[in-house]
Amino acid sequence: MSADRRPLLLMTPAMIWLFGLMVVPCALILVLAFFRRGLYGGIEYTWTLENLALVFDPLYFQIFLKSAGIAGLSAAIACVLGYAAAYAIAAMPRRHQPMLLFFAVLPFWSNYLVRTYAWIVLLNREGLIVNLARWVGYEGELPQMLYSEQAVVIGLVYNYLPFVILSCYAPLSRLNPEVNEASRDLGASAWTTFRRVTLPMTVPGIATGFVFVFVLSIGNFVTPALLGGGQFQMIGNLVYAQFLTANDWPFGAALSMVLIAVMLGLLMGQAVMADRASGGKGARDG
Amino acid sequence: MAERHIFRLMLLILGVVFAFLYIPISVLVGLSFNDGGLPTAWTGFSTRWYGALLTNDDILKAAGNTLVVALFSTALSTVLGTLLAIGVEIRRRNGKWLETIIFAPMIIPDIVLAIALLSFFSLLGVKMGLHTIIVSHVVFNLAFVCAVVRARLKNFDWSIVEASGDLGASTFTTLRRVVVPVLMPAIIAGALLAFTLSVDEFIIAFFTAGAGRSSITLPMQIFAMIRFGVTPEINALATLVMAVSVVALALSQRLNKGELPGQ
Repeated sequence: MSADRRPLLLMTPAMIWLFGLMVVPCALILVLAFFRRGLYGGIEYTWTLENLALVFDPLYFQIFLKSAGIAGLSAAIACVLGYAAAYAIAAMPRRHQPMLLFFAVLPFWSNYLVRTYAWIVLLNREGLIVNLARWVGYEGELPQMLYSEQAVVIGLVYNYLPFVILSCYAPLSRLNPEVNEASRDLGASAWTTFRRVTLPMTVPGIATGFVFVFVLSIGNFVTPALLGGGQFQMIGNLVYAQFLTANDWPFGAALSMVLIAVMLGLLMGQAVMADRASGGKGARDG
Repeated sequence: MAERHIFRLMLLILGVVFAFLYIPISVLVGLSFNDGGLPTAWTGFSTRWYGALLTNDDILKAAGNTLVVALFSTALSTVLGTLLAIGVEIRRRNGKWLETIIFAPMIIPDIVLAIALLSFFSLLGVKMGLHTIIVSHVVFNLAFVCAVVRARLKNFDWSIVEASGDLGASTFTTLRRVVVPVLMPAIIAGALLAFTLSVDEFIIAFFTAGAGRSSITLPMQIFAMIRFGVTPEINALATLVMAVSVVALALSQRLNKGELPGQ
């Protein structure tokens, strides 16, 4: 056995697995999007662009836009909160930072459904927040909190916030405190130093957090289904319906394809940006 | 003076964010021990809702299914992921496409992989059930095991492999008696990670379980129950599920850290 062959031999079983159960099925989705839907929900093997055209039909495209809006809003809120938290953690004494970071990320490790359910417990009509309001003495009518767009945004922010804290903490903890001191010595205020020195150097972390929250949110179907109520639809729910209830797989595949294209575009843009940022940093370090 | 104010502001931010992160799950855990089971009033500490879980056949069946799925997918992905990691690290010069394929399962949105696998199995005419959930979970699990083991291999002393070869050991013996024992903490950490991911995974299981209730997993059961509102039983079940994943992951983290001085 030649020395060069051995590593390939070790890799083969896993590569076969990934090829057969990831690459091929994903390629299948791409192909499926161009077939016609059969009369009784099956697939008719004639080529068509109708499915793709239907995605851009105003009826469906507006769901796309709404999903993007909700994902964008969630990502923006998560970035503000996450950056503030990461900044605060990085400002604490060094020996406490690992523990703080650990507890900031701990909820991320627990079950996604459970974390979403926790908000149903808080927000439902007999939930804790309503009870708290009654207890404080508020008698008036309370707005419907659960099963709304706001509830979906809260749920998404809650679930993905730890991720943003991690992505923002990384560049913040690498900042050289002397740079900040230099800025202050040169007469800049704390706020100016933050805005002109710290923030620009940590933008890649924010961008990473934003892109990941956006990508995870726009295709999400669990949070809208649980916190948005039955009528609420995001692109994930629409895809879900095509595959599991409406039985229009080609249209579901076309929707997924557009969704994947948006996600891939963002992730690749983020990767390029991260690459450039680390390249720039390397040059400075050198 | 300003520094003091800033530090206080930082503490305030930390307080707000940690409250946001922990109040919802704490309320859930607290309510699961509330005798009355309702958020309206605390009527005393009780574990009766946990007892109620043990008499719920649907939940027990789902828990059994989850265990089967998690154990098999962990076993398979630990072997495949470890071998992949060793192969990739020995080879070193890996093309970009290879790295992408190995990294992809960790970032592909669940829903995409889920519908892709559902279409794939249906078109092939594969009857879906626990076995299809298992093979599907292996896809992302093996990537995570591989990542954990590769991190350990970054500071692996390859000269001991040469030494083993020089002393006459075959490739297989070297792998079994030298490489794997050194990697063991990382392999166990990877396996624990895979186990929790599989126990918690909902979307892919939901799509690849097939019709009927026979292969329903715990997250699928929870999803079905949550849609009908809040009950003290779900509170208890949710608390248990959360405890299992946090303990397994903390353990995994610990094992890995002990062996990675550089990190």
